[in-house]
Amino acid sequence: MSIISIENMRYTWPKTDSPGLDISGLSVGQGETVFLRGASGSGKSTLLGLFAGTLTVQSGTLKVLGTELASLSPRERDSFRANHIGIVFQQFNLIPFLTVAGNLRLAGSFSRGSRQDFREKSEVLLQALNLDLGLLQRRADTLSVGQQQRVAIARALINDPELLLADEPTSALDADTRDSFMRLLMSIRDVSDCTMIFASHDRSLMKYFDTEIELSEFNRAQKGKASRV
Amino acid sequence: MFEVALSSLWSRRGSVMLTVASLTISMVIVIGVEHIRAQAKSSFVRTISDVDLLVGARTSQINLLLYSVFRIGNATNNIRWESYEEIATRPEVSWSIPLSLGDSHQGYRVLGTNSQYFEHFRYSDSQELRFSEGRPFSDVLHAVLGSEVANSLGYELGKEIVLSHGIGNTSFVNHENLPFTVSGILAPTGTPVDRTIHVSLQGIEAIHLGWQNGAQVATLGIEKEDPRLVDLQPTQITAVLLGLETPMAVFGLQRAINNYPREPLTAILPAVALGELWQIIGTLEGLLNIISILVLIASLLGLSTMLLSSLRERSRELALYRAIGARPLFILLIIELEALSLTLISVCMSYFVVTAGLALTQSWLSENFAIVIEVWPTTSNIWLYMGGAIAASAALSLIPAGIAYSRSLGYVLRSA
Repeated sequence: MSIISIENMRYTWPKTDSPGLDISGLSVGQGETVFLRGASGSGKSTLLGLFAGTLTVQSGTLKVLGTELASLSPRERDSFRANHIGIVFQQFNLIPFLTVAGNLRLAGSFSRGSRQDFREKSEVLLQALNLDLGLLQRRADTLSVGQQQRVAIARALINDPELLLADEPTSALDADTRDSFMRLLMSIRDVSDCTMIFASHDRSLMKYFDTEIELSEFNRAQKGKASRV
Repeated sequence: MFEVALSSLWSRRGSVMLTVASLTISMVIVIGVEHIRAQAKSSFVRTISDVDLLVGARTSQINLLLYSVFRIGNATNNIRWESYEEIATRPEVSWSIPLSLGDSHQGYRVLGTNSQYFEHFRYSDSQELRFSEGRPFSDVLHAVLGSEVANSLGYELGKEIVLSHGIGNTSFVNHENLPFTVSGILAPTGTPVDRTIHVSLQGIEAIHLGWQNGAQVATLGIEKEDPRLVDLQPTQITAVLLGLETPMAVFGLQRAINNYPREPLTAILPAVALGELWQIIGTLEGLLNIISILVLIASLLGLSTMLLSSLRERSRELALYRAIGARPLFILLIIELEALSLTLISVCMSYFVVTAGLALTQSWLSENFAIVIEVWPTTSNIWLYMGGAIAASAALSLIPAGIAYSRSLGYVLRSA
């Protein structure tokens, strides 16, 4: 089963005429790790937003986990996102005034997963990410950036999502922490076996992934613009 | 969710505490004004009870009420003793209390009356006067003190006191030749009775025996052993409280007294006069209520402003909630919850500030203004105001909450 399938999808930003994204076909299979490459401003975040259901396509089909997101109500999309999709951002992944435990609990509270094994699950995740369990009671904004990004992975995976979206999660990290971050991310993904789409402009990270998507090659809107210039 | 709202507030405790302080102060004003108003009113209304008619020389009913019941101001004229006797013996009259005012002691009014006073005078809800010590006067030169007089001057039974002519605090003309002995002290009533020194009508006559036209003629003064003290007859009094056999007779007797042929008299229904007097004060009270409510609205708007201006710095936080699966309604509720918790904290704090403040000033208020105030505000109006404040804060914070809600609808998958 393909986790993501796109057919003749168009997305136009509000208050603009020309489509920002226009993709004729794209498919991501179960368990794949995809490196979504593109320069900044090329529409990577927009595409991830469409996958996550915070944006909806205007025409064509976009199916995530076999579900046509545009056909869901806004409320169903929010709950779909909470239950099936984990997201890691470049920065500001955690609510700064909550503890690490509080952040994980909050993410858990939006999904319909059971609360019982929650504590155990967060501890397993933190350990897998080489994080001290003492951090659970620390406020998120007292953590180093590297720690925050690793907690963000735990937060993204706490509801056992089928799809993990990462949007430039390493760009705030220095070279050393970036490599250890990538290794941890890939190993924990191997364990949880979710499908991952990792957006970045950094080609050096490509070696970690099965598949590479160069966004500008798929996006007809972008191509047209390039040829006009 | 509560965890999120409370931690979020705690992380912005600087501006949050200022907002709470402003809300608390305005709620203190609202609760304080309402409570003191209600207490003053009840304290006011309970000064006199069970009296069917109040009779004095011809004057306005408010003036008569003020000088005879509240001991404020002076009588314009007196009632002749013969008129009093004639009214008091009318068949529809059940009991009568003569009142004679005009002297003072250390700024406290002296009231000349008779034993009927201790038997029939009622205050609050038909409460009788009770003695905390001693008994009613049995001698011409006995005095019964109100509780506050005894307390603040430190007088005890057996103490000899000298009355002053007139009602000034520092009268220069004292009735030094005839000191009175304290025979009893009344229990506190929360009415002007507490600030009154009661003596017999004969006592009042006695100290004025040697006086003519309000000045002492030295040679005429009498001493304690003077035989004339024995059968003194009052010649005039200031006012009369009447209790009737049947309430039906009130209007007939009132008309009869108002048309009394031998001297101009006024008879009033105390409850009606109290109501009229309170209406005058009531205008001010309404104004105070309006001002306090405006102050409250101003600080509630301040709360909304605080929340609204925090939205800018919180845009990433709010976007993140959405990214991890929160509905826009969650965003709205978070902001509302924050506003409500702040208001709730302020309302509770203000209630205790008012209570503590009243507990501290209670004795001072009763000594200086004779307002007996209960420490715990419990009138239904106060609960109404507290509930109203919470409801109003919920309504007003819909502005920032609604803005946050509509913004969060359009959040892209971005945290930056």
